[in-house]
Formats: sequence, C-alpha cells, structure tokens
Amino acid sequence: MQLMGAEILFECLGQEKVDVIFGYPGGAVIDIYHALPQYPIEHILVRHEQAAVHAADGYARATGKVGVSLVTSGPGATNTVTGIATAYMDSIPLVVITGQVPMPLIGNDAFQEVDIIGITRSCTKHNYLVRDINDLASTLQKAFYLARTGRPGPVLVDIPKDILAAKTQYKPITTPVKMRSYNPTYTPHPGQIRRAFKELSKAKRPLFYVGGGVITSNATEELSWLIDNCHIPVTATLMGLGAYPTHKPLWLGMLGMHGTFAANTAVSTADVIVAVGARFDDRVTGKISAFAPQAKIIHVDIDPTSIQKNVTVSIPVVADCKEALQAIKKEAENNKDICWEEKQNEWLQDTVSWKKEHPFKYIDDEKIIKPQYVLEELQKLIPEDTIIATEVGQNQMWAAQFLQFFHPRHFLTSGGLGTMGYGLPAAMGAQKAFPNRLVVNVAGDGSIQMNIQELGTLMAYKLPVKILILNNGVLGMVRQWQELFYKKNYSQTNIAESQPDFVKLAEAYGAGGYRITEKSALRETLQKALDDPRAAIIDVQICPHENVYPMVPPGKALTEMLLI
Amino acid sequence: MRHVLSVLVEDEPGVLSRVSALFSGRGFNITSLNVAPTLEAQVSHMTITTRGDEQIIEQIIKQLRKLVTVIKVVDITAVTAVERELVLLKVQAGDENRAEILRIVDIFRCKVVDVSVDELSIEVTGTGEKLDALIKLMEKFGVKELVRSGVCALKRSIQADKV
Ligand SMILES: Cc1cc2nc3c(=O)[nH]c(=O)nc-3n(C[C@H](O)[C@H](O)[C@H](O)COP(=O)(O)OP(=O)(O)OC[C@H]3O[C@@H](n4cnc5c(N)ncnc54)[C@H](O)[C@@H]3O)c2cc1C
Ligand SMILES: Cc1ncc(C[n+]2csc(CCOP(=O)(O)OP(=O)(O)O)c2C)c(N)n1
Repeated sequence: MQLMGAEILFECLGQEKVDVIFGYPGGAVIDIYHALPQYPIEHILVRHEQAAVHAADGYARATGKVGVSLVTSGPGATNTVTGIATAYMDSIPLVVITGQVPMPLIGNDAFQEVDIIGITRSCTKHNYLVRDINDLASTLQKAFYLARTGRPGPVLVDIPKDILAAKTQYKPITTPVKMRSYNPTYTPHPGQIRRAFKELSKAKRPLFYVGGGVITSNATEELSWLIDNCHIPVTATLMGLGAYPTHKPLWLGMLGMHGTFAANTAVSTADVIVAVGARFDDRVTGKISAFAPQAKIIHVDIDPTSIQKNVTVSIPVVADCKEALQAIKKEAENNKDICWEEKQNEWLQDTVSWKKEHPFKYIDDEKIIKPQYVLEELQKLIPEDTIIATEVGQNQMWAAQFLQFFHPRHFLTSGGLGTMGYGLPAAMGAQKAFPNRLVVNVAGDGSIQMNIQELGTLMAYKLPVKILILNNGVLGMVRQWQELFYKKNYSQTNIAESQPDFVKLAEAYGAGGYRITEKSALRETLQKALDDPRAAIIDVQICPHENVYPMVPPGKALTEMLLI
Repeated sequence: MRHVLSVLVEDEPGVLSRVSALFSGRGFNITSLNVAPTLEAQVSHMTITTRGDEQIIEQIIKQLRKLVTVIKVVDITAVTAVERELVLLKVQAGDENRAEILRIVDIFRCKVVDVSVDELSIEVTGTGEKLDALIKLMEKFGVKELVRSGVCALKRSIQADKV
C-alpha cells in the first residue's frame, strides 16, 4: 500500500495501540494534522507544548502505558525539553514526536529549525532523526520498544517535513525489535538471589527501601507478600509511594530529607537493607558517608549504572524488580522454618515505637488554616482510587506526608527534576486515561502559574481535574531554606502582591472557582468543589510561614533531622 | 589511574557526540579518543583513554554500555599487548641542526616525510612515552607544528597469555 509518511506514523501508532496523543500543531507537522482525522486516535490539543509532554507523562504514570506527544519543529520542539527532562529523571516511558524542517534545509538555519536531537541527547533515553521514509516505521517501532523496556524513559523521534509528505510502499512490521546493542537484563542471577536471601534470613534488623522501580515493574504484590510474610519493615522514596499501602503496620513512612523519624532512624540502624528499584538519590541519603553505616546493602535495579553509583553495595542484583522479588519469594517459600518474627522481634518493637514517638505532625491552630490540616480533611473526603498529582515545593512534600497511598500509580509527582508546573498537565493526562475517577492536583500558588493556561484544555475536553491551591503567597520551599539557612533573607520569594484572583481566573475559563479563608468552612467548601462536575480551582488561604518538617538540613546525616 | 577502553559502536550519525557528551556531561575525563571503521560494515571501533579511580571507571564503563548505540565495552588496560600512537611534526631544521635532527630520527626510527630548505616533517609511531621523549628532544630545535593521533591498542591474544 502506498502511504505518506504522515499516514505511516498513524499506522505505527495504531500498531502500538496508542489511543490518545497530546500535541500542538505547526508548519512542520501540518501533514500529520492533515492525516489525523482519518484515524481513530484521539488528539488532545493543549495550550503549551511543555504541557503536552507532562500530560503524556501523567497518562503514562497512571496507566503504565507509553505516553505520546506530538509537536512542531523549532519552538514547538524546544518547549518540550523541560517535559522530556522531567520524564527522563523519573524513568517515565514517552515517545515525543517532533517535526523538523525538510531534509535539504537541515543545517541551514532554516525557519523554525533547531537541532532538537543535539539539544535532547542528554535528557532522552535515545533519540532519532528519521532520514529516509523507508526507515520511519522501524524507527517508530524501536522508539516505543526503547521507551517501555528496561529502565523506561523518553525517546524522541524527529521527522523532517519532506519525509512526512513523501510516499512509499508500506507494510506493517510484524517481527519484534531486535537490537544487538540493547539487551536489558530482566532475570536475576540465581547465585545473587541465594546470597541475598541468606543475608535476609540472618538479619536481625532488616529493612526494605523501595522506589519508583517497584511501581514501574508492577511488583507491588510480590513486595507486599515478602513484607507481610517475612515481617520486614518498609520505607519508600517519594517515587515509591503507593508501592506498599501506607496504613499498614510495617509501613514506616517515606525516608529522606522530609521523611519520617522512624524511616530515617531505621535506615541508620538496619543491619541489612534491601533496596529495590531505588537509586540512592541525595535527597534520600543525606550526607552520604553517614548513610546506613551498619548495613549490608542488597541492591536490585534493572540499570547497572544505578548500582554502586552513590553507595557501596554488598550484593548487586541486576534485574527487573518483579522477577527479583518473585525469586526471593520462592526462596522464602522453600525455607518455611525461618522464624522471621522471632529473630526480628526487638527490631519490630523499636520501629513501632519510633513510629509512635514521631509521626508526621504539625501544630494546628484554631483559626489559621494549616496546609497539613487541609490535606487530612481532603483525605477524608476522597475515594480510595483518587489520583493525586502535585506541583513542586512544600505543597508536594505535605501531600507526600499527609495523604494516604493505597495503590501504585495513584501519585504523580516530579521527583528527580522537581519541575514546577508539572502537576496540572500531569493530572490532565491521568484524567484523560481515567475519566471516571477523581483526579486532584495539590498545588502551590507559585507552581500553578507555570502551566495555568491548561485550564483551557481541561475545559475544552471536559476533564474535571480539581486543583487544590495551598496558597501561602510565597515560593514556600525556597522561603523555608531562606528562613532556616540564609538568615531569613527573603529575597525574591514573595509573590503575594501581584497574585491573581484564582476564583475569577477559574471562572474566566468557565471552571469552578472556590475560595476558603475560614477554617470552619473548609470541609463543606471542599466537598462542594469536589462535587462540581467541571474542572475547579480551590484556593485555600493557608498560613504563609508554615514549614515542612522533619527536615534533614542539606549536607547533614539522616540522624540529624530537625523535628517539629 | 589511566585506563584504555575498547568500545564497539553502531556507526550511526551522532554516535561520536553521544559518547563525548557522556564524558563531558558527567564530568568524566577523556585523555584521548580514537574512532575508525572495523572490518564489519556499520560498526566502528573507539579506543578511549581515560583516568579515574575504580568507582569512576566502573561508572564510565556502565554508562557507555547504557548508550543504545554502544555494542560492547572492554577495559583492556590490564590486557593490552601493544599500544601505539602516531605523531606528525614539523621541526625547524637549518643547516646547523639538520645533521643532529637526522641522527635522532634514526635513533627513534622515525621517517622523514617532507623536506624543505629549513624544515623537516617527521612521522613517528610508538608508545606515548617514546613520543613524549622525542617531542622533548625536538623542542630545542623549534617544533612548528605537531599533530598526535591518540592511542590505538590491541588486546593480547589468549595463546600469548599462556606462554
Ligand atoms: C522538593 C523535593 C523534595 C524531595 N524530598 C524527598 C525526600 O525527602 N525523600 C525522597 O525519597 N525523595 C525526595 N524527593 C525526590 C528525589 O529527588 C528523587 O526523585 C527520589 O528520591 C528518587 O526516587 P527513587 O530512588 O525511587 O528513584 P526513581 O527515580 O524512581 O528511579 C527508579 C530506579 O528504579 C530502576 N528501575 C526502573 N524500572 C525498573 C525495573 N523494571 N526493575 C528494576 N529497577 C527498575 C531505575 O533504574 C532507577 O534506578 C524530593 C524531590 C523534591 C522536588
Ligand atoms: C521550574 C522550576 N523553577 C524553580 C524551581 C525552584 N523551586 C523549588 S520549590 C519552589 C517554590 C514553589 O513555590 P509554590 O509553588 O508556591 O509552592 P510552595 O513551596 O509554596 O508550596 C521553587 C521556586 C523549581 N523547582 N522548578
């Protein structure tokens, strides 16, 4: 069949079972947009290309599928860079398709030409410039394959306009991708698993430290089985929230800079730590030389570069989390005589008392609305399958600390890059994937203004995302650092003065607008807003100088955390 | 410590910049980098010499392997049999120095590849140390131009190992 490049693109997207793409048109991709109506793929027209990528990212995190966005060359392509870097840092599978100027013009500083391959080389898993229409289908197949396999990540495919408009004979590819230079290891080495299990079975103070990889590999069931049957306490990174239900007794809370006393004390005293799909980020370890000083570390990760990068590991296991945890589970099933609870008894008691002594807490006020209180109230009103997205800063940390996470893929947050402006478009992508579930974006008044234009997209596609602004009038997280470590020199962190009226702003878009200034009205107004069938902003005026605690000061050990 | 890495890559546009961007982006050190085609079409070979402690070298190797276009990475530091570099240099050679320069050329088994009234162009291959020594000697006559290839290395073969 003779098809145009643009048509081949849609044939390939169909083969990859893509049902929705997030994009924005322009000259270089106009052929793609011309072909679009013939195909059963839904296109969500965003208001800014950065949002197209974050929305595809939110869609990917919530569903586990590859998210797809489509933009034009030049400024369209450069606008995607923050979105791509965000997905890259958090290992999220995306395929980003950019238009490019026609092949003969490449390198000529042509109109709307940028070297997006060069620009995104260090923030994509891989990228391709398609130079021949006959390579288009195989390149797209490889792009999806690379995005979703191994350690997932964003892959960019740059397609020149003349290739989109050219015609060629097209036959769907029916053979799977094979690349000799790319072969991720999924199955763990049996010897390493035996060694790991042996350490665990001897441990007096074992601990699971789990991260985003557990969610990526859909390994939460295996993880829960091991924790519950071997009575091993568990902590997770920000990216691992939802890997293990946060209301269960062995859950110690998130660890790291804003983690719980129990989790940080546990890593600092454990004798064996099983790190699963987590990458020992500096927000997690604090001062690296003082991290987990007593522990033998078993590290399961599909990416060999994650292992031994920041800490010395006793037993490296290069594998998919799910397969590795299954293998450890099998060992446990074959060794039924181990009395886990008994050998770890003292440790279990310690961790329980740490949890009791220092849960996440805050000093409530009779009148002033505390953000933590808002989130506790929100938790009471939302169903268990609610998807929470966050912006970045204090709002993000409070959401991580004061909401409950029962399931994986219910919490969407930019961890590695910490991208303000991520939450709203990510929530939009998740709402598109799950139109019947409640999706709430927990926001700060600073971050929300970085992609606020997407209110337009929410309204256009009737995506009823609820935006909960914890409005403190400041760039709170930066202000917190200034207060604690920079002599209260509040340089350029007050944004209260020129703040828009968020209620009117919502209304201008046709969305619901709610403002909460009185603590007594909180629950009722919150409920009303959640019941609004439209997208809505809930502007909650919170205490302007509330800080996030605990906090491990930068450069300090986890045991030196500041408590409230 | 100095390490020599032998790297096989898919010969695609941009592969060199992927490798060099990896080094600069992650703050790794490159002493020299050499690329050439192999006997197999579509595959190129790179010899990279680099420096770092054990942990850094381990990261460099893992990060190289992670690049989608990299087929194979071997650290041949411990098993290199031969290591050679090529230098081409142009040295000032008036009548008063010409004889001495030619004597050095002889000792170092260099080749004179171009001659003019007051200059000699010299080609030499050898280990880095030999080349450094030669360059030092030539400097006193005045080196006008110099190009250096970077290291090419060959792994010792297994039979030779046993002998
Ligand atoms: C303001 C702010 C404050 C923060 N504070 C904290 C904090 O207090 N505590 C905290 O934990 N984080 C915090 N973070 C987040 C932090 O920056 C990191 O993003 C996070 O800790 C990384 O989580 P992770 O280790 O789970 O890694 P991820 O980035 O989720 O990486 C996943 C790892 O799993 C591996 N992997 C992927 N797929 C698989 C698979 N199928 N099988 C096996 N392995 C796989 C990957 O190779 C990678 O090594 C904060 C961020 C911000 C913006
Ligand atoms: C795009 C971007 N720019 C700057 C920062 C640095 N930064 C981190 S948190 C923060 C303040 C966020 O303020 P706000 O959204 O109001 O949230 P709050 O901390 O007050 O809850 C800033 C500026 C960032 N993370 N992302």
